[in-house]
Amino acid sequence: MANATSSAPEQGSLDPTRSFQGLILALQQYWADQGCVILQPYDMEVGAGTFHPATTLRALGPKPWNAAYVQPSRRPKDGRYGENPNRLQHYYQFQVILKPSPPDLQQLYLNSLKVIGIDSALHDIRFVEDDWESPTLGAWGLGWECWCDGMEVSQFTYFQQVAGVECAPVAGELTYGLERLAMYVQGVDRVYDLNFNGRDDDKKVTYGDVFLQAEKEYSRHNFEHSDSDMLFKQFSMAEAACQKYLDAGYSADKSQHLMALPAYDQCIKASHVFNLLDARGVISVTERQSYILRVRELAKACGAAWLKTEAGGAGH
Amino acid sequence: MPDLLLEFFSEEIPARMQARAADDLKKMVTDRLVAAGLTYEGARAFATPRRLALTVQGVPARAPDLKEERKGPKVGAPEQAIAGFLRAAGLTSIDQAKVQADKKGDFYIAITEKAGQPALDLLAVMIPEIVRGFPWPKSMRWGAKSAQPGSLSWVRPLHSIIATFGPETEEPVVVPFDLDGIKGGDVTRGHRFLAPGAITVRRFDDYVAKLEQAKVVLDASRRMDIIRADAKNLAFAQGYELVEDEGLLVEVAGLVEWPVVLMGEFDQSFLAIPGEVIRSTIRTNQKCFVLRDPQTAKLVNKFILVANIEATDGGKAVVAGNERVIRARLSDAKFFYETDLKTKLEARLPKFSQIVFHEKLGTQEERIARIVALAGQLAPLVNADVAKAERAAQLCKADLLTEVVGEFPELQGLMGKYYAEAQGEDEAVAHACEDHYRPKGPDDLVPADPVSIAVALADKIDTLVGFWAIDEKPTGSKDPYALRRAALGLIRIVIDNQLRLPLRRQLWRHFGYVERDEALAVAFAMLHPLHDQIVNISATDIDLAMKLEVLVDARARVAANPKLVQAHSYVKPTLDLLSFFADRLKVQLREQGARHDLVDAVFALEGQDDLLMVVRRVEALGKFLDSDDGKNLLAGVKRASNILRIEEKKDGKSYNGSVDARLLDATEEKSLASAVATAKSEASAAVAKEDFGAAMTALAKLRPFVDAFFDKVTVNADDKSVRANRLTLLNEIREATRAVADFSRIEG
Repeated sequence: MANATSSAPEQGSLDPTRSFQGLILALQQYWADQGCVILQPYDMEVGAGTFHPATTLRALGPKPWNAAYVQPSRRPKDGRYGENPNRLQHYYQFQVILKPSPPDLQQLYLNSLKVIGIDSALHDIRFVEDDWESPTLGAWGLGWECWCDGMEVSQFTYFQQVAGVECAPVAGELTYGLERLAMYVQGVDRVYDLNFNGRDDDKKVTYGDVFLQAEKEYSRHNFEHSDSDMLFKQFSMAEAACQKYLDAGYSADKSQHLMALPAYDQCIKASHVFNLLDARGVISVTERQSYILRVRELAKACGAAWLKTEAGGAGH
Repeated sequence: MPDLLLEFFSEEIPARMQARAADDLKKMVTDRLVAAGLTYEGARAFATPRRLALTVQGVPARAPDLKEERKGPKVGAPEQAIAGFLRAAGLTSIDQAKVQADKKGDFYIAITEKAGQPALDLLAVMIPEIVRGFPWPKSMRWGAKSAQPGSLSWVRPLHSIIATFGPETEEPVVVPFDLDGIKGGDVTRGHRFLAPGAITVRRFDDYVAKLEQAKVVLDASRRMDIIRADAKNLAFAQGYELVEDEGLLVEVAGLVEWPVVLMGEFDQSFLAIPGEVIRSTIRTNQKCFVLRDPQTAKLVNKFILVANIEATDGGKAVVAGNERVIRARLSDAKFFYETDLKTKLEARLPKFSQIVFHEKLGTQEERIARIVALAGQLAPLVNADVAKAERAAQLCKADLLTEVVGEFPELQGLMGKYYAEAQGEDEAVAHACEDHYRPKGPDDLVPADPVSIAVALADKIDTLVGFWAIDEKPTGSKDPYALRRAALGLIRIVIDNQLRLPLRRQLWRHFGYVERDEALAVAFAMLHPLHDQIVNISATDIDLAMKLEVLVDARARVAANPKLVQAHSYVKPTLDLLSFFADRLKVQLREQGARHDLVDAVFALEGQDDLLMVVRRVEALGKFLDSDDGKNLLAGVKRASNILRIEEKKDGKSYNGSVDARLLDATEEKSLASAVATAKSEASAAVAKEDFGAAMTALAKLRPFVDAFFDKVTVNADDKSVRANRLTLLNEIREATRAVADFSRIEG
């Protein structure tokens, strides 16, 4: 650092209503205070925080599990070359998973909003029906979109089934759309104008400074240049590898599985590759369904394997 | 008598399920009460986003005593039989049974009196059963208990239950039960944000009042009234008018416990987007109402939102937040609309080759081609310009591929009209893009412009024939492709516009287009001009192929086509589809008050495929039968028919030859014969001119002759040939009336 003194903490720069990172830190702090393990993002491309094994797999089986983490999420189809004020092919989700779902989950959620500057005495917060379903994960749950003054800021779901397996006990999942929330509390209409670091003037770093170039480049890649031949091969390879690891992981009597996580990585991989192919427009409507089913079969097999592992509660 | 108060307090219940759930709760509780012999005075159920409540007034404190009689064996029956009877009746000795006598002798009878159970005990069993069996469209498990099989499920997590029971004059008691840890209680909570504290209640009266104090309006219809009134007032105060929307009102009332109506605005520039798009955006995505200028009826840049809180800043932040979201949404809508305008409708058409309409009916492109062909054929029949009808048919589905319709499917058709107008299409073509979907329901407008009519008919016929061809007909309550609506729509278009449409021919012909087979299409084309002849040849005729070939050969002088028999085989589904139309028409006419027997009487005549003529006949018949002449003639014809039926059955033959004038004897007989001949020819002539009123008048002249005949002449004369001739004369009466309807189908 050329000028170390100017990097000294600035009062209020981590105020969640002032900086994107402040918002993330406030949520992490809050959920850590509730006893969650604070994880780091999963190190693979995923379409949503739900794909993180800390949610998908940990939601299965009898063991209690409370975790929170930020997950960069990739939705190749949603890229808009950086031209749309709200749509991104890469964005952040803040994910909370609580198993079993605590009786006061709604209140815990409302308290978390307060922490990031949304006061329920001033703002109209609403739980609006939204049944969640992930065809690729073989998962569904009931819950709501949480509205703040007419804007959807979170998803709130009681998982009923994941990877084709009934959840017992049920986990509660909260997913905060971080950019949207930040735009709301910062009063910004264009995502790229978000203040990322909470500083002003020449020290201010915006969301656009960090991600605009990436949005443009990945939009080009996702829609125009991604290598479809390679991706088709990668899909098949991931699918085959997933199967292979699943087969190899089972003990002789099938009572135990020793490689559910590596197998699941390949399922995640297949899912993301499918999303890339879909964005590229090389999968026809009829094929689309069959690809989704193939990924779901992998997810289900991984879920079944997970239940034969220790954290899946095998032997309990 | 005691009252029951129930409240199921849960996390937010989906708005669309609330009303139904309240009804279900009421029904489940009251049905069980009645089944237990607890007749009640009244019951009302309520729903808010967080609670389902029920009050039942005047429930007896205990169920009535039951006296049960059990018939046992005969006196002196074997020991074993008596022992079995005692066991079953719960008696310890046969002395406890009474002896009664019947025709077969004396037998034992056990009379047991069961004291009625206290209502409280019954409720304690009933309420958990109701919770466990509640018919939510979708329910869920939650919390730690969900690890166990058979754990409680509800629409969303259930937190507490109020269940109090007692007379007005006393302190009610809590119904004792324990449902997976949730006990019957008397405590609830108020508004989530405005009054979250616990509230203890006794009975319905104080429950409603305490909730109201805790910022909860229990009754959904009251919440709707508040929203409606406040929204109107707010609009009126600023010189606007609320665009009422009952469906949205119901939904919004299900999203709030304490409605607070506020007004927001958006930028004027968005008003360049079609009003319907603005409304759909604001309604579907934001559940807000739009406002219009009462003078121009155009939308204004304001909207009404319904919040669930009385905010400490008077709602400023809530309004500002909603305005921001609506601004973003309208920006998207505007972008979609402007993007759509850059592409001409016809430029979108090639994409339809990739989109499957139905697995067995091909792509949208194929479907559009059929509609174009059919609209072109129908155009001259409905006085439409052929080129315009074909153009409209070509474009009418193109808006399905636009961004706006992708976002708001309910705007299909309407957007097609806007885009067609924008690219300078003929006005009739543009309107057909919207109106060809019409009528979309019983209250919708029926297209009146000839081009719209041609495309609307083509669209509906293609749908119906298509699904008939693949045997996907509606069954019972299942009608996934809305075929009943399509048929009724076609009927209304025909009747309202007084169209003459040879429906059978058109339907049959269209089966040839739906099947994707070239040789078959050629066969259809050959047989089409001969349609009226081929429908009369039976499909089971062994010479069918030859007969068809001869027909074609004689007319068209072309080589026979191997698919002629196959093309002919579509006569059967055609007639089946035609009878589906007949059924829809019957329903329609009946709903308009026509007698169903008159409709049947007209449909009983052969070859009734001209819907307009059917309706005219039914009308004329109805009028005629209201007159004295009509009533008496009907009586006479029925009498003739009855005699004929009996005699024909007796003789094993029918009397449908012609009357032998030489055998006519009595004066009344002679004059009837000549009157029948006159009436028959006059009626037929009138029918040919489609003057059904005149046909009825012609028939009415028969009345005195028929009356006189029955008065003076004996049908069953001793002379066999005279009798036969008289029966033939009766048949002539029947035949004459068949010019307008089958009188035997008419009741009365």
